[in-house]
Amino acid sequence: MQGSAVMLSAQGVWRYFGDFPALRDITFEIEAGACVALLGHNGAGKTTLLKLLARLAAPQKGTIAAPPLTDTGYLGHGLGLYEDLSAIENLRFWGELHGAAAEASTEWLKRVELDHVAAAPVRQFSRGMRQRVALGRAFQHFPKLLVLDEPFTGLDERSVKLLQEVLREALGRGSTIVLSSHQIPEVMALATRTLKLDRGRLV
Amino acid sequence: MIAAAWQIARKDLRQELRSKESLNAALSLTVVLLILFSFAFDPAAEDSKQWSGGLLWLVYSFAGALIVNRSFARELMNDCLEALRASPVPSSALFLGKAVACFLILMGVELTALPAFCIFYDVSLLGAPLMFIATLALTTWAVTVLGTMFSALTVNLHMRELMLPVLVYPMLIPPLVAAIELTRGVITGEPASEIWFRLLIGFDIIFTALAVALAEVVLTD
Amino acid sequence: MREKLLYGLGLAAILYLVRNLYVIFLVLPDEMAQGAIYRVFYFHLPGYFTAALCYLLAGIFSAMYLITRKWKWDSLAAAITEVGLPFAAMNLITGMIWGRIIWGIWWTWDPRLTSALISALIYAGYLMLRQAIPDPTERAKNSAVMAIFAFASVIFTYKSNEWFRTQHPGPVLSIRTGGGTIDPQMEWMLAHNLFALLLLAGLLLAIRWRQEERQREIESLRREALSFS
Repeated sequence: MQGSAVMLSAQGVWRYFGDFPALRDITFEIEAGACVALLGHNGAGKTTLLKLLARLAAPQKGTIAAPPLTDTGYLGHGLGLYEDLSAIENLRFWGELHGAAAEASTEWLKRVELDHVAAAPVRQFSRGMRQRVALGRAFQHFPKLLVLDEPFTGLDERSVKLLQEVLREALGRGSTIVLSSHQIPEVMALATRTLKLDRGRLV
Repeated sequence: MIAAAWQIARKDLRQELRSKESLNAALSLTVVLLILFSFAFDPAAEDSKQWSGGLLWLVYSFAGALIVNRSFARELMNDCLEALRASPVPSSALFLGKAVACFLILMGVELTALPAFCIFYDVSLLGAPLMFIATLALTTWAVTVLGTMFSALTVNLHMRELMLPVLVYPMLIPPLVAAIELTRGVITGEPASEIWFRLLIGFDIIFTALAVALAEVVLTD
Repeated sequence: MREKLLYGLGLAAILYLVRNLYVIFLVLPDEMAQGAIYRVFYFHLPGYFTAALCYLLAGIFSAMYLITRKWKWDSLAAAITEVGLPFAAMNLITGMIWGRIIWGIWWTWDPRLTSALISALIYAGYLMLRQAIPDPTERAKNSAVMAIFAFASVIFTYKSNEWFRTQHPGPVLSIRTGGGTIDPQMEWMLAHNLFALLLLAGLLLAIRWRQEERQREIESLRREALSFS
């Protein structure tokens, strides 16, 4: 609170699968500009919580206050790319939906050194190339809030470097980041704060 | 909202025109069925004008099931559906965009297969072309709006290709009956009762409104 | 307590039905034009009303689930649909028997018959959809949406019947016709059997509802157990 505004908050949030509570009475506040690492074992509820923050699902009890979706960037487990469309078509599509400028997509491809294959369908790309395109989906519209679910998992070395770089830039711009990860060193290098989940509870 | 729906529809159409996966499948199924039915029902028979319209709608509804099945299923690869739901696009716009794309794809298949039907079954639709086009558009929208809704409802099921027709066909019986009656009227030259038109329009309005209203519920967890 | 109430309700329903069967077969006379076969009507029409009431309640319960997101509405909707289908089958089967005797055919593509069959197919589809979705939250939500579509299309099919020509006998109850077409004694018997069937449906609903709730508890416990492994 000290001076910096609250960007994201959860008040007594519960989320169930059937009768089973996947999240139990979660309450927290995250200040603007923070980088929060969400830790916990598999099945602790990390993905469920991140989905609530990205408004993919609503809590059954409690409330979540988050910025509008136009100001949010979300990366889930999947790449979110269409195989039949070209790299630039993919990025433009996602950019338009988020209200990003058309040049943003071109600039992103230049930055990740894929502008020479911008018109080729993603189907023909290698794994690493796809990852570099897919990161643009979350970053090209410069969102105020980034919600990233296991962003480092399965990335090749080059993409890991790229991701660390763009995360630093986003923090530099004053964006707020919430991310979950198993790759503790990569995350701890950036995190200003951690939240730990154990069987659906904050500990 | 309309702009967002159009962005989704344009994306779906572009994808379909690139891969042609459901276009090709639906078109070849249509032609094969038209040929097969000509063995079951003799196109040279005197009463063929009475039933050939019904046969056409059977064939079209099979093609429709293939096309709407892909509508949401195509978003599963790389978790695109999740990314779409995390985007600012309203669920109703997402749904409408997908329904419009299905409609245009199915209309394309239907119009392409139409000459084959006319030739194989010695049918002329030129007696009342506007009537036929109106029937075609209204019925195709009925098939696609309900089909797209159920495509969304069944997208996470392993058996979605099997479930969708089982769930949707019984509900589509009223508009298909209307389309069959109206098409028979066009083919035989004895216009069908306008009640069928009202039924089609009523069905389209009610189910479009219901689908748009419930899209948010279906597409959020 | 609840057990005893259910047993009591079951006993009452059975005794009531036995009493009705006795009156239907041994007390009431044959109908003038149709002879003995008209008796299926005592199950045909009440079966239809019971099924229709179940469809209506399934729609209401599903809407209630979507509004409140309380599990009880989901289990009630599932239970009532399952209870309604046998009554729909009773309606269809008695109708077919009657048609065989009076019309000389088991089935005719009459709009009323067709729409009754379509409705049964749609609700069977609803139960299939429920079976196919493993996640309880998604199952409840998606099947509730399906139930609303199902109800809308049953109403639509039913209303569009009025535009089609029909071979099915017209309405006979005095509330629809203003009286005169049905013997009051027969109408009274119809009402009796309708109450008996409704009682039976209520009993089945109570049993199935409880099973649904238990089933969900078991599923949740299983998930909880998995979270510890």
